Amino acid sequence: MAPDTAPPRAGMAGWLKAETPDGALHAMAQQLWRGWVQFLHHPLGLLGAGVILLLVVAAVAAPLLTPYDPAAQNMMGRLAPPSAAHWLGTDEFGRDIFARLIYGARTTLYIIALVTVIVAPIGLIIGVCAGYLGGLADEILMRITDVFLALPGLVLALGFAAALGAGITNAIIAIALTAWPPIARLARAEALGLRNADFIAAVRLQGASPARIIFRHVVPMCLPSVIVRVTLSMAGVILTAAGLGFLGLGAKPPMPEWGAMVSTGREFMIDSPWVVMAPGLAIAAVSLAFNLVGDALRDILDPRG
Amino acid sequence: MVDALVQREEELTGPAVATATGGMRGRLASVAMTLAGLMLLTFMMGRLLPNDPVLAVTGSEVDKETYDRVFKQLGLDQPVWRQFVSYVGNVLTGDFGNSLTTGQPVLKDLLAVFPATMELALVAMTVGIALGVPLGVVAAANKGRIVDHVARIVGLAGHSVPIFWLGLIGLLVFYSKLRWVAASGRIDVLNEGLVAPVTGLLLIDAMIARDWDVFRDALAHIILPGAILGYYSVAYISRMTRSFMLEQLSQEYVVAARAKGVSRRKMIWGHAFRNIRVQLLTVLALTFSGLIEGAVLIETVFGWPGLGQYLTRGLTMNDMNVVMGSVLLTGLLVVAINTVCDRLYRILDPRTR
Repeated sequence: MAPDTAPPRAGMAGWLKAETPDGALHAMAQQLWRGWVQFLHHPLGLLGAGVILLLVVAAVAAPLLTPYDPAAQNMMGRLAPPSAAHWLGTDEFGRDIFARLIYGARTTLYIIALVTVIVAPIGLIIGVCAGYLGGLADEILMRITDVFLALPGLVLALGFAAALGAGITNAIIAIALTAWPPIARLARAEALGLRNADFIAAVRLQGASPARIIFRHVVPMCLPSVIVRVTLSMAGVILTAAGLGFLGLGAKPPMPEWGAMVSTGREFMIDSPWVVMAPGLAIAAVSLAFNLVGDALRDILDPRG
Repeated sequence: MVDALVQREEELTGPAVATATGGMRGRLASVAMTLAGLMLLTFMMGRLLPNDPVLAVTGSEVDKETYDRVFKQLGLDQPVWRQFVSYVGNVLTGDFGNSLTTGQPVLKDLLAVFPATMELALVAMTVGIALGVPLGVVAAANKGRIVDHVARIVGLAGHSVPIFWLGLIGLLVFYSKLRWVAASGRIDVLNEGLVAPVTGLLLIDAMIARDWDVFRDALAHIILPGAILGYYSVAYISRMTRSFMLEQLSQEYVVAARAKGVSRRKMIWGHAFRNIRVQLLTVLALTFSGLIEGAVLIETVFGWPGLGQYLTRGLTMNDMNVVMGSVLLTGLLVVAINTVCDRLYRILDPRTR
């Protein structure tokens, strides 16, 4: 924040650093800005954000980054070591590993995006309903959450993925089914705090229905922290997705998926280690990136350390 | 808006026990509810599996009459809720059904594979504690300095690297290239069955039998998967240790002790660390869930004949009873360990009395 003596500045910077916000939107923008400034002082968090950006760029611009088709087989040039033509070598079907890695970023991003879209609303609604309504509804919803939390994510996802059948969509559904409980717990805690707030009481006295209060007043208040929490769980989602892929329950071939690439490369690992090296490092890099960003966010939000 | 985010991680991720408030009876009731829910979940999972349970028993070539008979025998003509009630009854009397692939009762199989996973998890937990706790303490003592950042990276790297990949790389380096460790399985075929199973944990059984060749062989097999699994849990253990330690180090007794001339080292290990030991116990309980998760993958890589491999094999074979049994046992274990740790915490920490 600007010191008290500084003259008011014009433009975007001045607006963001204004002493008194003009409204809710302005205050929110200022809060985000302050968070962002703190984030800039967190080198590891920035590193993570950079890697995530790289993932997005790779996924979007995949055809521009590599001339090869990730599914094109070339049995004459199978298991070729890294060279100028094939930067990361080729796999057991002679497919370019760099191309598969780049296109695999699309699969990873697809999973991340869809899991977020499914998990955030489910967790939010269950948590907010439990927290705001309280009583029996809270008891029932939280017992359901406990049941899902009692099983390790991958075990639960494996069970559902197998029940639904292999394939990327089913894998996403299975992962989403395992990822919502922590979000719901968080949303519940937020809603509990809001339940007795004065502005909620005011809305209730004006005759708003519980549904209206929940969706128009409680949910928007819980949204920011839920978004942060979803980001934090993405590292785990990526590892679970890779684990499912490794066990053959993820994307179906020839769709490039990093976990499945490691799995098929196993057989050739001793003579051609590059087949498993690159996809494994890619999973690790993206998962680490989300962990670093999550850690930085936690540091910013929790000054106690 | 972010206050709730600041809540301790365990409140957000810990099952059952964290929410119960009403003393011992309420706690038991909530555990019972969770277990009932678990059974419903596994029951649904089993019903969803894409295979016909009748054909799985009879084989695909079957006439209408036999099909109907088996259909009735399996109770599939009953309403779904009746099926669920009889499933619960069976589970409570220890009948998990038979495995289609091994032909044995699932419970018998589970009891056979369980010690292998337990041994792996125990070795992993030892490694995780031995690395994670000192890392967390040192990081807290040097908060914001380079040591803190390095400790964080080391921990997070272990939590980010896909465990199955680390297993493969480990095999490539330490088995293929260096020949420091043994290959897959729990023990060499030559040494199999040489020591009498007492606990089911090979390392301990070999110690009891004083058969040091078997002990060395078992150790050579378990050390790599155990260490990799342990490294996976370092991030969580060290992060929680660090945050517990920071809380202690900000207390006034720390300043008082330092002012009285207690050395920094003694203050950290002798005073602050002493106070967090009980808290660490709850962390270990939560680590366990992650260890089981990792075990599923690491057992596949190392051909470890444990619960994880049993489950994944059941999945690929569409063996319904195996899947339901293994998932249920996993959930039971997690709930049991959490409940026990919770009790221990209450007994050991005088403030909770």
